[in-house]
Amino acid sequence: MNNSPSVQEISLDEMLVNQFDAHFELVSANDIPSVTALRKLAMQQFLLTGFPTSSDEKWRHTEIEALTDESFNYFLEPYKSERDIEDMFRCEVHNFDTEIISMLNGWLLDKKSGFTTLPNGIVYGSLRYAWKHFPEIINQHYGKIADYQTNGFVSINTAMVQDGVFIYVPDGVEAEKTIQIIKMIDRRESLFVQSRNLIVLGKNSKLSLMHCDDSINHFMSLINTVTEVYVGENAHFELYKLQNLNDKSGLINSTFIRQEANSTIKTNTLTFNCGMIRNNISVDLRGENAHADVLGLYLMDKKQHIDNQVYISHNAPHCTSNEKFKGILDDEASAVFNGYIHVARNAQKTNAYQNNNNILLKPTATINTMPFLEIYADDVKCSHGATIGQLDQEAMFYLRSRGISSSNARLLLMYAFAADIINQISIEPLRKRIDDMVKKRLRGELSVCEKCVLHCGMPEKEYHFDIDLSKL
Amino acid sequence: MLLNIKNLHVAINGKEIIKGLNLGVNQGEVHAIMGPNGTGKSTLAAAITGREGYEITQGEIWFKGKNIIGMPAEVRANEGIFLSFQYPVEIPGVSMTNFMRTALNAKREYKGLPSIPAGEFLKMMEEKKNLVEIQSKLTNRSVNEGFSGGEKKKNEIFQMAMLQPSLAILDETDSGLDIDALKVVAKGVNELRSEDNAFIVITHYQRLLDFIVPDFVHVLFDGKIVKTGGKNLALELEEKGYEWIKDQYLANSEV
Repeated sequence: MNNSPSVQEISLDEMLVNQFDAHFELVSANDIPSVTALRKLAMQQFLLTGFPTSSDEKWRHTEIEALTDESFNYFLEPYKSERDIEDMFRCEVHNFDTEIISMLNGWLLDKKSGFTTLPNGIVYGSLRYAWKHFPEIINQHYGKIADYQTNGFVSINTAMVQDGVFIYVPDGVEAEKTIQIIKMIDRRESLFVQSRNLIVLGKNSKLSLMHCDDSINHFMSLINTVTEVYVGENAHFELYKLQNLNDKSGLINSTFIRQEANSTIKTNTLTFNCGMIRNNISVDLRGENAHADVLGLYLMDKKQHIDNQVYISHNAPHCTSNEKFKGILDDEASAVFNGYIHVARNAQKTNAYQNNNNILLKPTATINTMPFLEIYADDVKCSHGATIGQLDQEAMFYLRSRGISSSNARLLLMYAFAADIINQISIEPLRKRIDDMVKKRLRGELSVCEKCVLHCGMPEKEYHFDIDLSKL
Repeated sequence: MLLNIKNLHVAINGKEIIKGLNLGVNQGEVHAIMGPNGTGKSTLAAAITGREGYEITQGEIWFKGKNIIGMPAEVRANEGIFLSFQYPVEIPGVSMTNFMRTALNAKREYKGLPSIPAGEFLKMMEEKKNLVEIQSKLTNRSVNEGFSGGEKKKNEIFQMAMLQPSLAILDETDSGLDIDALKVVAKGVNELRSEDNAFIVITHYQRLLDFIVPDFVHVLFDGKIVKTGGKNLALELEEKGYEWIKDQYLANSEV
């Protein structure tokens, strides 16, 4: 046997460890020695720590046990989907021409079983082939940016992951099209899914990447993704993460970015729906004059929970970072924001800004927001701020005094609050599409189950606030 | 009578600010309300427009034959009441186009009319913009965000022109305006004046009334209208200040 689901009576961590021991050959089938060695180290670490729990300081407000105590199936080989895959992954964002990488239940869908090499030299494809095809790049970066000791999720990912996306942008190459990773979960059973992405940008290169996590049924799943990004000197990287999963799903998304001198990055994490999400975003500014924009928007309701952990490490002089997360929480939704800025002794002239703004629509919604600054250099500028509030009553009256109903006024103000983050999406067709999604989400009309919203059959071309019946 | 206020008492946090005010406004009239700071001018505007937190403890406000006390602000607006804010609110992220279109359509829906077609709406925006000499493209700008003091006040009059209210209350529209902007705003108001609508102009100074000539001037003091006259009363106030009115009022109340 090599593809039978694990027995469900045992705990998730135990089941994974058993699979690791029993099927190590299958797990490591595509490895090169360095990757295999890393797996063993990571598994040792996982055996020590297991999954984190809410009694760990860094997980204090997130009851992750609610997910790790569940039973899941974990597969070591891809499963042929009965659905029409081509149809599922058709992207219908208008005027948004992307290179699409499709992943189903954690496995890359590739008919060519290899890589796509674009005329400009950009290579993208499945990580399970990249290990052997690009050993130099792998040895240089794989597992080096994401420390497997960070937490149990990164350990188990490093130990057992078998697939993910590999992208290499050579020196001096600017990607013309956005690369879009679409990850879908569609299995009529509970799944634990792992994937690992390695993105390497050479000197003076440029790439924008969109990473969509969607589920298309109501089954529970737990996704554990680790992404490593290396941004070479004077390279520019943008990452848009769209998270739209069902209310039972859990998503642990860990992104580690390393930046060389004069590079810039922008990440924008847009969370529309999911039972429980933990986003770890870690940026290592290790070259001078590098800049990082780390942005996020979360719109949660019901009993959903989101935990955004941002760790920005200034390790070189003259770097700047700008962190901005905004959230709207309804019903009994809860959120955590933890912004950690570390400034090393030599990182003089650092300029770091951090801000987290929240609107709580009901007294039952909660937010725990905490800045954390650790500064060892003496000539730096760090500022932080957090706000928690309701909608601006002055603005509400202004809108209502023009005849706009209070429900529509609320909708307009919530949208305006979110627009601050949406407007920083630099790809115009994507910005428009996200804009539509946010409006739909705020009206309670965004569906996550029938089909992935990005590929829905009837994309909204333009929307105006003509509807009076807001569902809020 | 378009607006008829009878023995109005308004309190904020239990403190009475308006103490028995009477005011009648007919179509086609312009009423100026003047008076020193803190006498209840803005409170009166808030009470008429339905701002929350203003408690009507006594009295009636009749508008087009309906007692509007207790009516939500948006319904009053759709009935035809408009307030030009003393401090227009900045709403980042809400475009002027979206804002005006939503407001206009809310009003049309209230009247049982279909939504305004996009082309017609844009044409109307362009036309009304010219009325108050707004040069910049409003389409992509957020409501009042980054507008200068003058632009904000012009924007209020622009909105008034778009919504065509039957009663417009201008709350210190002249404050913070230079003379050129003041003239533009006044010109806009004068062009909108008709036999069918009415204006209440709240101001400290007579200056605005040189350009928007009132039919009546009321002096508000201690929560009541203590003196009413024609446009010459404003000139008299400009010359002599408010002291003599206060003295007169206090002398009378002692008697």
